[in-house]
Amino acid sequence: MTLKECYAAMGSDYDDVMGRLRTERIVQKFVLKFADDKSFELLQKSLEEQNYEEAFRAAHTIKGVCQNLSLTKLGASSSALSEALRGGSWSGEAAALAEQTAKDYKETISAIRAFQEALGG
Amino acid sequence: MNKRKQKILIVDDSELNRAILADMLDEEYEIIEAENGMQGVAALQLQGMDISLVLLDIVMPEMDGFGVLNVMKQNQWIEDIPVIMISAESGSSHIERAYELGVTDFISRPFDALIVHRRVVNTILLYAKQKKLVSMVADQIYENEQRSNLLIDILSHIVEFRNGESGLHVLNVRTLTELMLVHLVQQTDQYHLSPTDISMICTASALHDIGKISIDEKILNKPGHFTPEEFAIMKTHSMAGAEMLQNLPIHQDDPLVKVAYDICRWHHERWDGRGYPDGLVGDQIPISAQVVSLADVYDALTAKRCYKDSLPHEKAVEMILDGQCGTFNPLLKECLQEIAPDIPAHMNNSNSITQRNQREMRNVAQEMHQHEELTASERTLQLLEHERMKYSFFAALTQEIQFEFTLSPPMVTLSAFGAEKLGLDEIIMDPLQNEKVHALMDIQERQGLSDALRSTTPEHPVITYDCRLNLNGQRRWYQITARAVWSTDEPPRYTGAIGKAIDTHESRMRLDALERMASHDSLTGLLNHAYAKKRILDRMDLRAACHFALAIFDLDHFKSANDNLGHAFGDHVLIHVSEKLRQSIRGGDIAARVGGDEFLIFLEYKDDVESIISRIFSSLCGVYEDFPISVSMGVALTEVVGSSYDDLFHSADQALYTVKRSGRGQFRFYDKSMQNMLSAITPIDNGGERG
Repeated sequence: MTLKECYAAMGSDYDDVMGRLRTERIVQKFVLKFADDKSFELLQKSLEEQNYEEAFRAAHTIKGVCQNLSLTKLGASSSALSEALRGGSWSGEAAALAEQTAKDYKETISAIRAFQEALGG
Repeated sequence: MNKRKQKILIVDDSELNRAILADMLDEEYEIIEAENGMQGVAALQLQGMDISLVLLDIVMPEMDGFGVLNVMKQNQWIEDIPVIMISAESGSSHIERAYELGVTDFISRPFDALIVHRRVVNTILLYAKQKKLVSMVADQIYENEQRSNLLIDILSHIVEFRNGESGLHVLNVRTLTELMLVHLVQQTDQYHLSPTDISMICTASALHDIGKISIDEKILNKPGHFTPEEFAIMKTHSMAGAEMLQNLPIHQDDPLVKVAYDICRWHHERWDGRGYPDGLVGDQIPISAQVVSLADVYDALTAKRCYKDSLPHEKAVEMILDGQCGTFNPLLKECLQEIAPDIPAHMNNSNSITQRNQREMRNVAQEMHQHEELTASERTLQLLEHERMKYSFFAALTQEIQFEFTLSPPMVTLSAFGAEKLGLDEIIMDPLQNEKVHALMDIQERQGLSDALRSTTPEHPVITYDCRLNLNGQRRWYQITARAVWSTDEPPRYTGAIGKAIDTHESRMRLDALERMASHDSLTGLLNHAYAKKRILDRMDLRAACHFALAIFDLDHFKSANDNLGHAFGDHVLIHVSEKLRQSIRGGDIAARVGGDEFLIFLEYKDDVESIISRIFSSLCGVYEDFPISVSMGVALTEVVGSSYDDLFHSADQALYTVKRSGRGQFRFYDKSMQNMLSAITPIDNGGERG
């Protein structure tokens, strides 16, 4: 699996990220790092504890990282989620978006894991 | 090239985001990371101007990016440290707010690596250039002022040279003018003189006689008295000087030229209106001309001229104050009188040249202070940096809890040792709302400290404050020595404090123990007589309207117990009785051992005092290890004998004596019939306290 294939599997925009971050070395380094990022755990934990302000920040952080790495799909769902959570509010819409974000996150991570294995790591 | 890398502070709560930014920049720059706004502020506080640029996220826990910008703005860091905001927040209101708070640039996520890199480099270069320009301008101002002073000196010296005066006249007039003005503004603000005004008047004073260049040299240097015609010509020099300045082809509107004009034209006016050329009266004469006029007269009197000898300083001051050499503003005469002792040291002194240079340095400093865009030159920054380094080095060495508190932004900075000792962070934002601080210091203590600091004055800003801190589950005494910081503007504002806290628990406890030893009987632990008396007086003072009873009792046949069963046994009896006494009295009552086997009780009552006394009396009686305990007690009431302690004690003593005489083992209240009774208490037992 190449990085490009990995991006396709994540529903992400390979050309866009290469246009901004320039080298495959950097993109690869941070995509792999993304699998270890704790923001999603924080998001889940805050939602469980109904701490929606913290959840907003976590979703916002995921959105920011996704934008940087052009992880389009997850970026879109986490962005929508952070807007729904803004100001610490909670709603049925937010619940649905949280589910969508979790689903996209799992897809993204499994694609990164597959890519990692292909690299032999 | 071994150049130190410039530092960039990245404040972002996502480690990944920080890593991406760091990756783009860490080849050229040293990267400092902070994972929330609070840490960002802490890094800025610690490293100050060492940080060349801040990359700042908006949404973060603890303190968000706007919070950081607010702190940077309040501390004026934002003027010297550029901030580039990077955020996924792209709403225009956010961007607008960021620019309003002083960010240099705003980059939206997702960003282009090349653009971020280029903007960072550009911004750092721009600010470096600006800093360099600021210091160049500061140097330029300094140099310019030096040069213009030099030119003025040359010009006025030419006038003096023609005038046959020593080259020191202009210098002396300037020196005295400055002494007078500095003193004057301390006495009154009615003339609205800023430090800049004073410096300008001093500079312009050198030009007061330039008009003399138009006077014929023969008249100018004529020995002896002028004829009326000659004097009329002489008098034209003030107006002539003013006209020369007015007719300058350029610079007429320069403030210095305007001040010089006033001085030239009116430095021979008199307070009573009999001067020339315009006959102005009182404060119609500009204060600049008034002061220069006085200084001119003083130096003329004390200087040697071709037509006269020099007068001693004291004589000259006396003549001016007496009105022998013109009339002056009474305020100025007062100033002259007050500064007179200091004048001779400043006059005819070549040192005044160096002094003047120092004055000019000060002017530059003031100038820079007044211009916000010139907050600090590179030199001052270096000095500041040096001081900061020195301070943190010494703070790290001392095992002391040191702190700095600023009101705005509300923030406490602790020395590393202090933070560790108190279990707090080194930087605490909003300390009054901080739970750890609350746990450490109770609300009364916090309020008390705050009140103490706020009640200081700029002249007496230092306080010591004793308080208890809750440390590791222990309440310990600390002494806080602090200096309130007052702003230098008028009226001064309280802006914070610096200080240290010392653990005084041990010494405080020792002091308490000593105090206890001094106030308590060592055998029984009851109060001693002297201290009981003090407490009783305080109590009667505090509750003057209440009724009180004072009872004195002793143990019947105690001497025989002592003699037959030994002193150790006697001591045990005393301890036993004291214990009984302690149990039988109420909370507010006072019990003391007067001496030997004599005790004292002091209590407040409403109506039925007899039953209270009776209850105490019976609880004291009993048996201790086969020794029957019986007491005799005399009681005096304030209702009967009044509130004098000595009367109370004496009356109770007489009642006790009455009991003893009538067979012991009972209590009696004092009444008039006992007033000729003797004392039951041996004087030696009596604590020597009776008046």
